[in-house]
Amino acid sequence: MSFLKELTKGIIKENPIFVIVLGMCPTLAVTTSVVNALGMGLAATFVLICSNIMISLIKDITPASIRIPVYIVVIAAFVSIVDMIMEAYLPGLHKSLGLFIPLIVVNCIILGRAEAFAGKNTVLMSIADAIGMGLGFTLSLTIVGTIREILGAGTWLNIRVTPAGYDPMLIAILAPGAFITLGFLMAVMNMIKERK
Amino acid sequence: MGYLGEIFVMAMTAIFIQNFVLSRFLGLCPYLGVSKKLDSALGMGLAVIFVMTLASSFTFLINRYLLMPYNMEYLQTIAFILTIAALVQFVEMVIQKYAPALYSALGVYLPLITTNCAVLGVAILNTSMFRSDGITPYNFLDSTLNGFFSGVGFTVVLLAMAGIRMRIEKAEIPKSMQGMPIALILAGIMALAFYGFIGFKI
Repeated sequence: MSFLKELTKGIIKENPIFVIVLGMCPTLAVTTSVVNALGMGLAATFVLICSNIMISLIKDITPASIRIPVYIVVIAAFVSIVDMIMEAYLPGLHKSLGLFIPLIVVNCIILGRAEAFAGKNTVLMSIADAIGMGLGFTLSLTIVGTIREILGAGTWLNIRVTPAGYDPMLIAILAPGAFITLGFLMAVMNMIKERK
Repeated sequence: MGYLGEIFVMAMTAIFIQNFVLSRFLGLCPYLGVSKKLDSALGMGLAVIFVMTLASSFTFLINRYLLMPYNMEYLQTIAFILTIAALVQFVEMVIQKYAPALYSALGVYLPLITTNCAVLGVAILNTSMFRSDGITPYNFLDSTLNGFFSGVGFTVVLLAMAGIRMRIEKAEIPKSMQGMPIALILAGIMALAFYGFIGFKI
């Protein structure tokens, strides 16, 4: 029961982006298209699951005073693995995500979950937490990516979805569009919360 | 073009054209989190300039003389984040001991900087940056200066944002737009304004 609770809390109730507001840089930078958003979300989810398992396994032998450097090294190791795997098997995606793959290391969500959850809970619970948070992150990125790609390029997953007469709003896939899209999405989330 | 011209181009690029926050999307957490008051924004900005300059020079040395001779560039991420974490810790201790006034101004912001992606971002970007001729890779001085100017660029937009947010507090904003949503939309409008800088060529 509680396994399920840890699994689902990250998706809506404690959504890392819309509710806790962590990990803003990748959310804004890589959501120019749905493919990029999904790629980033899944890469971060993989790192999150691996680092949560590892950190929860070593939590009893980690001295409390140096736990943050230990967490960072664990996370950085998994990020390097993801970086190399993506460069080998998904070179196109690796190129378009660019700098933001190594920057998963400093994604506040991953260090945040290590500190707030994996360092205190069992391995099984940490896996559930990581999957939930990772899915919540991926879902949020995909929503932002969907809006920006449809408005800015008229496509979704590179398939044309808008009628032929639609003139793509280039601003949506440029930097200002990222901020404005996320701003309005958060306002909508606040509105839904107020209604309840 | 002499070296001064090179520095001028680098400064303009880092501060206006390729601004870290508004066009590269780095360092957004402090940009949105610490921009509610002007004086805390200034403290954060100065701490970031300081750490980015130091981190750029240290990571350059580590990359050039430790990683590159042994073909270990794949360890870049781990090596850089450890360097930055150690550096921040060290800077914090030194300032605390020798400059207590500075420490009380920057103190709270220093630990936060380790996870500021702008610092790791500038360190990684420096390894693949070229001078305006497009062939010469950045040397030690170039990297350090680029770190400094990128930090200045971050501070400029952070201060501007703090100024706007202090004024907007008195404005009547719909309840659901208050706080983060309006801050993001303001950032979007600022980014739009900064796009104007791309239009002119130096």
